[in-house]
Amino acid sequence: MLLEVRGLGKQFGGLNAVKDVDLDVAEGEITAIIGPNGAGKSTFFNLLSGFYRPTSGSVVFKGQDITAKKPYRTVREGIARTFQTTHLFEDSTVLDNVLSGRIVRSRSTVFGAVLQTPGFRREERLNLDKAREALEFTGIADFADELAGEVPQEVQKRVALAIALATEPELLLLDEPAGGITEEETTRFGELIRRTAARGITVCLVEHKMSMIMSLADRILVLDHGQTIAFGTPDEIKRDPKVIEAYLGADDEEED
Amino acid sequence: MTLFIQQLFNGLALGGVYCLAAIGLTLVFGVLRIPNLAHGSLYMLGAYMTYFFLTAIGVPYIAAIGMAAIVLAIVGVLLERVVFHPLRNSPHTHHMIAAVGAMFFFQALAQVIWGADFRRMDSPFSESVSIAGAQISWQRIIIIVTAVIVLSLLAWFIKRSIHGQTIEAVEQDRTGASLAGISPNTVSMLTFALAAALATIAAGLVAPINLLSPTMGAALDLKIFAIIILGGLGSIPGAIAGGFLLAMAEVMTSTYVSSAVGEAIAFVVLVLVLAIRPTGLFAKAVQR
Amino acid sequence: MSKFTIQHLGIAVVALLLVVAPFALAGQDYVLRLLTMAATYAIAVYGFNIILGLTGQLSLAHGGFFGIGIYMVGLLTTKQEWPFWAAFAAAIVTTAVLGFLCGVVALRTREEYFAIFTMAVGFIIYLVLSRWESVTNGMNGISGIPFPEGFGIVDFENPIVMYFLVLLFLAAAAYITHAIRRSGVGRTLIAIRTSEDLANSIGVNVGLNKQLAFAASTTFAGIAGGLFATVQGFVGPTSASVNLTFELLMFILVGGLGTVMGPIVGSFVVTFLFETMQDFQSYRFIVLGPVIIALVIFAPRGIVGYLNAFVARRRRARARRSGTSAPSVQDRGPSPEEPAGSSPSDTRGAS
Repeated sequence: MLLEVRGLGKQFGGLNAVKDVDLDVAEGEITAIIGPNGAGKSTFFNLLSGFYRPTSGSVVFKGQDITAKKPYRTVREGIARTFQTTHLFEDSTVLDNVLSGRIVRSRSTVFGAVLQTPGFRREERLNLDKAREALEFTGIADFADELAGEVPQEVQKRVALAIALATEPELLLLDEPAGGITEEETTRFGELIRRTAARGITVCLVEHKMSMIMSLADRILVLDHGQTIAFGTPDEIKRDPKVIEAYLGADDEEED
Repeated sequence: MTLFIQQLFNGLALGGVYCLAAIGLTLVFGVLRIPNLAHGSLYMLGAYMTYFFLTAIGVPYIAAIGMAAIVLAIVGVLLERVVFHPLRNSPHTHHMIAAVGAMFFFQALAQVIWGADFRRMDSPFSESVSIAGAQISWQRIIIIVTAVIVLSLLAWFIKRSIHGQTIEAVEQDRTGASLAGISPNTVSMLTFALAAALATIAAGLVAPINLLSPTMGAALDLKIFAIIILGGLGSIPGAIAGGFLLAMAEVMTSTYVSSAVGEAIAFVVLVLVLAIRPTGLFAKAVQR
Repeated sequence: MSKFTIQHLGIAVVALLLVVAPFALAGQDYVLRLLTMAATYAIAVYGFNIILGLTGQLSLAHGGFFGIGIYMVGLLTTKQEWPFWAAFAAAIVTTAVLGFLCGVVALRTREEYFAIFTMAVGFIIYLVLSRWESVTNGMNGISGIPFPEGFGIVDFENPIVMYFLVLLFLAAAAYITHAIRRSGVGRTLIAIRTSEDLANSIGVNVGLNKQLAFAASTTFAGIAGGLFATVQGFVGPTSASVNLTFELLMFILVGGLGTVMGPIVGSFVVTFLFETMQDFQSYRFIVLGPVIIALVIFAPRGIVGYLNAFVARRRRARARRSGTSAPSVQDRGPSPEEPAGSSPSDTRGAS
């Protein structure tokens, strides 16, 4: 297993945002995490990536205990994430945004930059190649020199993904990657995620768009009130009475 | 023992002044997320305005404080409208830079109008009263009583009036607060008006004990920041507790250790709290 | 990237002006002195640029660290009779180490807490410099600070030589800023400025980088302060006051936060503006306060920032015109095997 989560929990002032969640993710799989609003999906991601400290449980990644490691450590270990609301460096170009993803894989220092050492130049060239490759892969090479704040929403979503890919992750956590884009764009984004997984990058995603999830995910984890209510293949999940009751049956859920 | 009682009253009086000044600062932070570095200069202007109404116009002391508080409330609203409102979507550093600009403007203004020299404002209550052998000046008793009255009125305003409740709601949960039909602009202006008026009352009360100078606000700034950080940014009970704590610490160390230590205690507290527990000791920690 | 651009032209013009100026001003010692002062301030402003412009943290202790640089050189050269260069090195090391130590707290504080913390540090530095009379002479300050010892024919008593010494450090500061901006270090700092969450998510150690940026900024302030002491010859605690931090802030805002040339442009332009306002000394802040406010509200990018944005926009526009078609999202790779419809029935089997 690439990722093994055991009994993970987070309390906010007595309230259980996430409680006793187990999850195994095998390499190369796409795992979706679904659940009604406030079910603790984003909190769960924040626990995996080290943005929050768990109050109980453990996270083991590649056989190493990474529970409560700071985000900069988890990224170095190979976990990259995107945010629900797209965070970008809006005043920088798309290329510079993606280059920022290379920081964690760079070893050069101020002194290398000031003295323009050969090692520094080599690394900068490598970073540029990797960043361009990520732009190509996500299909936004045309936008490399545009300001990230000025490109369309779909491109911004892809920039966020490209930044995450530039960190060379083994596990990618996508928080509502298809929020705020059209049906057609969502379909194409789903394809992009599938191609990402085909490169051997394991994907976990939180998403509301059921059609995308059902066609994309190998396994689905359903959370409600911070707790696991079901885990299985899309077919199993669709037939699970608890899921239908708690989630799919609910009228107020935005299913588009 | 006599000395201790004397210093206890001094500490209480100073604490009252600190509370009044610090509550405005913490309210502005809680509602608008602005650490208003110009707050001390509002306090300084408040002292000078009280002085102006008292000496140049000749109104009675308490009325002079009230009139100065009204003038400063208007200045506070102007500050919010002209400086902070246009910056509401800017990076946080820009607010602080603008606040520093306002602070220097107010200081220079006071210096041009009233001069850089210290000025003395005489207390109309010059007698003192003997309590358990200690001589306590009426001015200090007035400060303590007024501080208690103003704090009670403030508590009443925040709990009972619709505007006060809105301020509290916005303070506690900026995004989720239901504004009960009151626009965020009104809340911001009201908060600034209230903060400036409270600072003026503090300044008017303490002016007869201390001297007036254009830099009196800058000296206060750090102390009240120490207080609200100690109490947790945005917390009113924290500001009250922090105000009295710091005042007592200052007065007692000045008396029993040395005046230099008393002067430095605010900075020591500030640096220690930030180093050990940045969210404050009484943290109603600010969620971010 | 290595093409000669309009920005390079701008840098060349500024550099040429700075090099030619002292010769064009032969005999006008007062103006040359003013230029030298502007250049020392500009070095401190480069420090400010690193912490405020690139990292987005307002340090209100910057004037204080400038003061430490001044007093290290002032006290060691006069009271201990150290040679200037040794005292200067001591000033640099001291400000770097103190900055690093204060950075330990800065590492734990965020945004407004950082500003308030540095305000307290700045005030403490000022208190020590002005009150510790047995060491610092209190408000009387220090006089008789010597010029740097020359080498061979290089004699720093000549104001033009002194000017070029300062200019050398200024050029180094500008180059370091340029190198930082173009490297991953600059991207790291800008990531922190933009959003600490985003910076965390791409694996930036936010705390450590803030601490290092702060130490770098105080080191620049120390270098500038050390040079200031020898240029000025006499110094007092007012040289380290909060007002100085404010003036440095003004320089950087006018020049352009986060830019390579902003500190130089801002420092020289504002120093000369101040000079024309000499007659209104006491009114100065009545004008400057509102100017600062107007700048952050209406022109937060500063002179160089706006020039850069203008050039970049034109370049993008030109690139767009020369492109054959509008940029679009281009997915490569295998086309979708099955079109994902809106019905949840077309699922992929579990692996």
